[in-house]
Amino acid sequence: MQQLVRIGCAAGFAGDRADAALPIIGELASHRDPRFLMFETLAERTLALCQLEKRRDPARGYSPALERMLPGALGPCLENGIRIIGNFGAANPRAAGERIATLARAAGFPRPRIAVIEGDDVNGLFSTEELAARQMDGKVLDPCANIVAANVYLGAEPIARAFDEGAEVVVTGRVADPALALGPLVHAHRWDWKDWQRLASGTLAGHLLECAGQVTGGYFADPGRKDVPGLAELGYPIAEVEPSGELIITKPVLSGGIVDRRTVAEQILYEVHDPSAYLTPDVILDITDVEVMPVGPDRVRVVGARGKPRPETLKATAFLASGMLGEAEISYAGPNAPARAQLAAEIVTTRMAKRMPELQIRVDLVGRASLFGTLAPACSTDADATAEVRLRFAAQHAEREPLELLLDEVEALYCSGPAGGAGVRRYLTPRLASASCLIERDKVVPRVTFLGASE
Amino acid sequence: MSRNIEVALYRLAHARSGDKGDRLNIALICYDPAFYATIAEQATAERVAAHFVARRPSKVVRYELPKLCAFNYVLDDVLEGGVNASLGLDGHGKSLSFFLLTMKIGVNAALLTRCTTSEFRERLQT
Repeated sequence: MQQLVRIGCAAGFAGDRADAALPIIGELASHRDPRFLMFETLAERTLALCQLEKRRDPARGYSPALERMLPGALGPCLENGIRIIGNFGAANPRAAGERIATLARAAGFPRPRIAVIEGDDVNGLFSTEELAARQMDGKVLDPCANIVAANVYLGAEPIARAFDEGAEVVVTGRVADPALALGPLVHAHRWDWKDWQRLASGTLAGHLLECAGQVTGGYFADPGRKDVPGLAELGYPIAEVEPSGELIITKPVLSGGIVDRRTVAEQILYEVHDPSAYLTPDVILDITDVEVMPVGPDRVRVVGARGKPRPETLKATAFLASGMLGEAEISYAGPNAPARAQLAAEIVTTRMAKRMPELQIRVDLVGRASLFGTLAPACSTDADATAEVRLRFAAQHAEREPLELLLDEVEALYCSGPAGGAGVRRYLTPRLASASCLIERDKVVPRVTFLGASE
Repeated sequence: MSRNIEVALYRLAHARSGDKGDRLNIALICYDPAFYATIAEQATAERVAAHFVARRPSKVVRYELPKLCAFNYVLDDVLEGGVNASLGLDGHGKSLSFFLLTMKIGVNAALLTRCTTSEFRERLQT
């Protein structure tokens, strides 16, 4: 039985585009089982923020991306037999599951089989002192640290088990990102948990999918050098994986972006350190001999992954409270603008040195090598090393939503925009308008009520 | 034998950054396999460490991936504490792949012309 498993990835981070799922669903719907749609929405920091939210409201604490991404995708997936796997659960997978059940009911599916995966939360399982003693780098946690969240990266086993038991939707908290693809693959292909070779191939498939558009031309474009068509409608990836583990990366037909040797090569090495030992909970992946071969338009075959037995230990990430970040910006333009900006910087730092001497302040002249910083001092003669552009978007509207939409689109440039985009900041500040009016005195009747109290 | 000219790495390769804590990796991928030997010889871990010296890397390791025509550079402690501690705009170091690409490399002029042309040819085919 040569069964091909297809896994699409509709999100590579919490801020990813919410409408990327539909073209993938359209493509997957034209094929036969088994098909899966994966969502990776849990950056390290996202989980800590969700943990704080759960403390405020025990019914929350799941990824806010769930509300943006699932309402449009859930119905079409359930309708077409496309199973969903996502780490929307964050600090509260159970609440995420319940929310998904509600969304499913609203979409006309009263009883979908939703599996919730828990057990990644190890805060409370270990004392701060015990976690501190288990640090890899040994410098961040001290025994008195105020830990907000500590989660271990789970592997693919519970995900595969959930699908074995008939889940249509699997929602997890922290799992290793590639496990979101490996779980469905082990389930569908009946791979053995000691078949390091196939586990390595499945992990590589997951690694290529986990940042969504970053393998299909997102975070890649450099106009005139590496041109990518249709980035505004970037097609997110689909992996086709054979029982042997051989895999092809492609994307929906008629979508934007490209899948070629270059886009796949960049993503293979993304966030990899030693290519011979990419550690995951399920297998140690060795990509030293991986080769990529274009086999058709926007179709790239990836072969040569090797596996070694899984590590003895699991990795956990702990977050501790560490204060707040304050940021403020002001602009100067026209003749002598840099000198005026420099003068402004000196005024503020001089005054702050007197008023709050312990505060370490970083000052950037945005547009003058603020990203490369000391790597390329503003006096450098290398125009390329000092080149920098800060792109600013601004809009005003009576409601939050249209503005949130704009800010979301800008943030989504991380994974789906041009190469090297960095330093997104988003602020939503209430605006106040003022008007003066004249009111007839007899229309005004002073009245006092208390909130919550009956009349 | 044609002369050597000095060009930015940007002419020969593309790159992508990734971060884990205060550790940065940059994947450097040759546009043409013909550039691999030149880059292997000149873009050593030592030269990359010197290129990033202002960020005081504690360690730089280069991994070679000839089948991908690529190199992976891992630079320790160059992200000003990383995304959760840096006061800079780019705590991830996402833009630093392009800083690596400003590094100067000596390349055979004829090779550069030939392979730049072939790059255009490949682009027309895709």
